[in-house]
Amino acid sequence: MAVTAEQVADAMYDLIKEYMGKKKFKAADLTKAMIEKFGEDQCDKALCKQAIRLLVDSGRCVYTYFGGSYIEIPHAEGAAGGA
Amino acid sequence: MAEPQRNTPLLDELKKGPWPSFVTQIEEMADAGKEACDQLLRLLERSYNEKIGHWKHGGIVGVMGYGGGVIGRYNDLPEEFPAIAHFHTMRVNMPSGWFYTSDALRTICDIWDRHGSGLTNMHGSTGDIILLGTTTEHLEPCFAELTANDFDLGGSGSDMRTPSCCVGPARCEWACYDTLALTHDITNHFQDELHRPAFPYKFKIKCSGCPNDCVASIARADLSIIGTWRDRIRIDQAEVRNYAAAGLNIEREVCGNCPTKCIEWDGNELKIDDENCVRCMHCINAMPKALRPGVDTGATILLGAKAPIVEGAQLSSVLVPFMKIEPPYEELYDLIERIWDFWGEHGKNRERVGELMQRVGLGNFLEAIGVEPVPEMVAYPRDNPYIFYEEYFVEEGEEEEEEVEA
Ligand code: HEM
Ligand code: HEM
Ligand code: SF4
Ligand code: SF4
Repeated sequence: MAVTAEQVADAMYDLIKEYMGKKKFKAADLTKAMIEKFGEDQCDKALCKQAIRLLVDSGRCVYTYFGGSYIEIPHAEGAAGGA
Repeated sequence: MAEPQRNTPLLDELKKGPWPSFVTQIEEMADAGKEACDQLLRLLERSYNEKIGHWKHGGIVGVMGYGGGVIGRYNDLPEEFPAIAHFHTMRVNMPSGWFYTSDALRTICDIWDRHGSGLTNMHGSTGDIILLGTTTEHLEPCFAELTANDFDLGGSGSDMRTPSCCVGPARCEWACYDTLALTHDITNHFQDELHRPAFPYKFKIKCSGCPNDCVASIARADLSIIGTWRDRIRIDQAEVRNYAAAGLNIEREVCGNCPTKCIEWDGNELKIDDENCVRCMHCINAMPKALRPGVDTGATILLGAKAPIVEGAQLSSVLVPFMKIEPPYEELYDLIERIWDFWGEHGKNRERVGELMQRVGLGNFLEAIGVEPVPEMVAYPRDNPYIFYEEYFVEEGEEEEEEVEA
């Protein structure tokens, strides 16, 4: 595959950033969007899994939980209130 | 602190029954100087008075790299209850079968004394060690201490939850496979799925060594792995006669309660028609010295149990009637991966695999994961009519095409 995990991670990050505050993405949503973007011959589930690992392990993104698990850009915790 | 005396008449009611009370236990920690426990009691008393809950959940809390294992909790009155403004739970992966040395237990409790409220729940419904109540700042240092002592966080959110099992062959002669070894292996094999939530919703795996199903996997796990055998129940006729001599009414208590009436007792010899035995364990439980499971053992794999949330409660149903359970467990892991693939692709947000199975129909589901329909999948007569799958299977778009052709 010509596309690297780093490229997919960057594309995922851009997508999350673009929709920040409007729409939350789950791992499967990101995977589907990337396969659509790069094409099935360039990008598959395993590559997307690697890309998500890069995003999360570097701290560029974090997992969040709102009735289900999402991947977001770290931001101030709304529920934490004044604490 | 110059706090007024804690006054909790409603909570005190909960200490009056014959059982141990969570109120007493939280009070013990409060009196030992845990400010968080003191405020927890005050807030609960207030909730009972107001009939209003003051907890918010979810959010961003976690440890670096993990999407599971920490469950965020905040109260909505942080000015009045600052010690419990955060009260997060950490789920810690328990050892298979819940075997500890007292030293390991002390280690966990000491870590939790340093980093949390001191309150634990041994164990939660997932099976994990539940450490109740800490703040966001303590999560990473607590995690670092846990891992330094060979403990890891368990699952939460839309991931594979911490797998759990019965004590199995460690203490129980009925175990038809090594539940402890399998659970440990699943935990290691699927680390990514455990720590990095990528599913539509939670997925639980529970392993019971025999059909007694001591971890209630059939009701509590999306994937239930229940030990069974495919040869004959082992009978020690001399021990059967001893039971009779000791006063057991074998005809009534054993033969009479066999669900398929496949046992006969003529007063001297016990005969089992194993072809018609459904492996319910009743006779074995009734005469453990005389009867034992066979020696060609493995497990039945069942899928789909869940508690009522969107849809009603559901028990797991048979997917594979018999599978050998031996390392490296390839057949089982292949099956699990195929289930996850299909569910990941087609499951809606927050749809459990059992609900997906019902929505698409068992026939379509089996075809998608490459499992052949077999009679053992029929839960009740005239239920899931498995033999007609091919005829009822309609590809998307096929209907329109047929109309054009006709
Ligand atoms: C237009 C006429 C009819 C239609 C469309 C029809 C349709 C059906 C359907 C869909 C079932 C359920 C099958 C299943 O559970 O798999 C059924 C069951 C049954 N039908 Fe009919 N049926 C018709 C006429 C009749 C007649 C005239 C009789 C008897 C004289 C009859 C007797 C039964 C019986 C005994 C059952 C089985 C109930 C059970 O499962 O316990 N049906 N029918
Ligand atoms: C017009 C006449 C008949 C009708 C409408 C009829 C209809 C049905 C239906 C709908 C079923 C249920 C099938 C299912 O649940 O999937 C059934 C089952 C059955 N029928 Fe008939 N039937 C008729 C005549 C007969 C006759 C003449 C016999 C025997 C000589 C018979 C023996 C049976 C038996 C034994 C079953 C039970 C099968 C089982 O346990 O699943 N039926 N019948
Ligand atoms: S499920 Fe069976 S093997 Fe496991 S502890 Fe219970 S009786 Fe023993
Ligand atoms: S295990 Fe259950 S079905 Fe089998 S012979 Fe014993 S009582 Fe009957």
